[in-house]
Amino acid sequence: MDNIINFGYLVAITFFVMGIKKLGRVKTAKQGNTLAAWGMFFAIVLTVVNMSIVTWDQVIGFVFAGAAIGVYASRTVAMTGMPQLVALFNGFGGLASALVAVSYFFQNFSNPTSAVVDLGGSGSMVVVFITILIGAVTLTGSYIAFAKLDGRMNGSPIVFKGQHFLNAVIFIAILGFIVMTSSGSYPIDPSNLYIFIGLTLILGVAITIPIGGADMPVVIALLNSYSGMAASAAGFILLMDGNIGGTILIVSGALVGASGLILTNIMCVAMNRSLFSVMLGGFGQEGGTAAEGGEQIQYKPVGSEESAMIFEAAEKVVIVPGYGMAVAQAQHNVRELTEELEKKGVNVQFAIHPVAGRMPGHMNVLLAEANVPYEKLIEMDDINPQFPETDVVLVIGANDVVNPGAQTDPNSPIAGMPVLEVWKSKTVIVNKRGRGVGYAGIENELFGKDNTLMLFGDGKKMIIELTNELKEL
Amino acid sequence: MINLFLHPRTPYPDEVSEVTSHVHEVASNAGESMLLDPMMLGFYLLVLGSFIGFELITKVPPTLHTPLMSGSNAISGISIVGALLAMVLPPGSDIAKWLALSAVLLATINVVGGFMVTDRMLQMFNRKGK
Repeated sequence: MDNIINFGYLVAITFFVMGIKKLGRVKTAKQGNTLAAWGMFFAIVLTVVNMSIVTWDQVIGFVFAGAAIGVYASRTVAMTGMPQLVALFNGFGGLASALVAVSYFFQNFSNPTSAVVDLGGSGSMVVVFITILIGAVTLTGSYIAFAKLDGRMNGSPIVFKGQHFLNAVIFIAILGFIVMTSSGSYPIDPSNLYIFIGLTLILGVAITIPIGGADMPVVIALLNSYSGMAASAAGFILLMDGNIGGTILIVSGALVGASGLILTNIMCVAMNRSLFSVMLGGFGQEGGTAAEGGEQIQYKPVGSEESAMIFEAAEKVVIVPGYGMAVAQAQHNVRELTEELEKKGVNVQFAIHPVAGRMPGHMNVLLAEANVPYEKLIEMDDINPQFPETDVVLVIGANDVVNPGAQTDPNSPIAGMPVLEVWKSKTVIVNKRGRGVGYAGIENELFGKDNTLMLFGDGKKMIIELTNELKEL
Repeated sequence: MINLFLHPRTPYPDEVSEVTSHVHEVASNAGESMLLDPMMLGFYLLVLGSFIGFELITKVPPTLHTPLMSGSNAISGISIVGALLAMVLPPGSDIAKWLALSAVLLATINVVGGFMVTDRMLQMFNRKGK
């Protein structure tokens, strides 16, 4: 029986691996998700079948409650709320792993002869604390990410003097604690545990708050990775306690942890940040606000009628979507605009910057929702060389990703970040609600360039107007 | 041998202490014998799992990054297995029980919500039927 269960976990892992593999191609992605879900279900069934739990009804009750909440949340939240919802779930996952660790702590505490403490010497309690560390950081970090994404918290980075020092101190205290418990010389009782938990929760906050909105996609990917690592760490606890279930936690957690790190790295490369500085929290933004104002930017406003005429005369058009489009929920209107343009023989493509939006792939999901064929979505590196041959670029709700300041101003908070070089095209039309700054809080030189026209107004409204004007031409 | 060492968690009747003491013996011989130390096994799994993770993800196009993150987030809810196993408890540890139950609740939300959100995102890709 034991061997069957052990083998069953291996099968579940296979489902996860194949599921993720299928998730990597659009045609098979949905199957992949379903496959992984079945793997999870199988793993849970295996676990439950093999145990004799005394309090069955409570467990079932909590599982049903959890499932109900999960279903409700995933069904009712709007697409624009997806990034923050994923952040929230992520936090829950980290918390769950941490709670498992704390549970083991108390089990051990009330039963000192259990294998957790004695097995393999002093190593095991360390695993408990490491799990709590990773889980707690994931929890609070994810909550901050959630708050910033949901607008409950200001998107600007919270930076103060001595912040890096403070973070380092907290981290060293945590490490010190772990080292001391491993040597067995420091008595571990609940009060110490609470202090430790407190420190780790604070650390999670401390390394997330210095991160400004534009860098959110990076943070989300990183926290995703952490929640996987937390699960792995919990798996170590189980394994060292003699529980074969630990294996599936370690492997699955490693899959998730590694995938999150890869995505984070992709984001970092796209933002020209180092992974290390992201993990430490804050990107050296001391004095990072670029020269604000400086020269007054001369806007050249244009109306939808005139814009439509410019579009009609164009052969090649590139649309750059940004978070503003998501907020205005204009993606469907953008698709209509695209269709109208194509009727007139215009070639339309979309330039997708890796960190446009609030999550990796955010723009892709929105445009997919609007039925824009995904072949039209071109990555930054592939579309940048095409701008000189492009007649018109339409920027909708994007700002920092088309800011030439990233290339020209070394003091800019986005200095060094690769951007979409839209100013190299013949004409740029920027749609913005007003004259405000972008998420990174800086002015955009693009708006003042000779070949840039500003189409002020709400995204959805202006796109609809533009489309109607085109229909009449 | 390994089978004896790694067995699914059972409740704490007194005969478990027999297994535990055997495990002590075995663990202390770990350095000299060929027995598989759980920590080492764990590291094998961690490293190999990470390699698989790296390989799988590098091939995913940016278009699918959002569903990928959501899906992998759901998979990190595997901690539900850990929470369930933690429910097999020694007597007199009420705190431990409630902690484990809370973990079950949270992990379930993570799992169910995560897979459903991912599915919802992917619905949108399939509508085009390309």
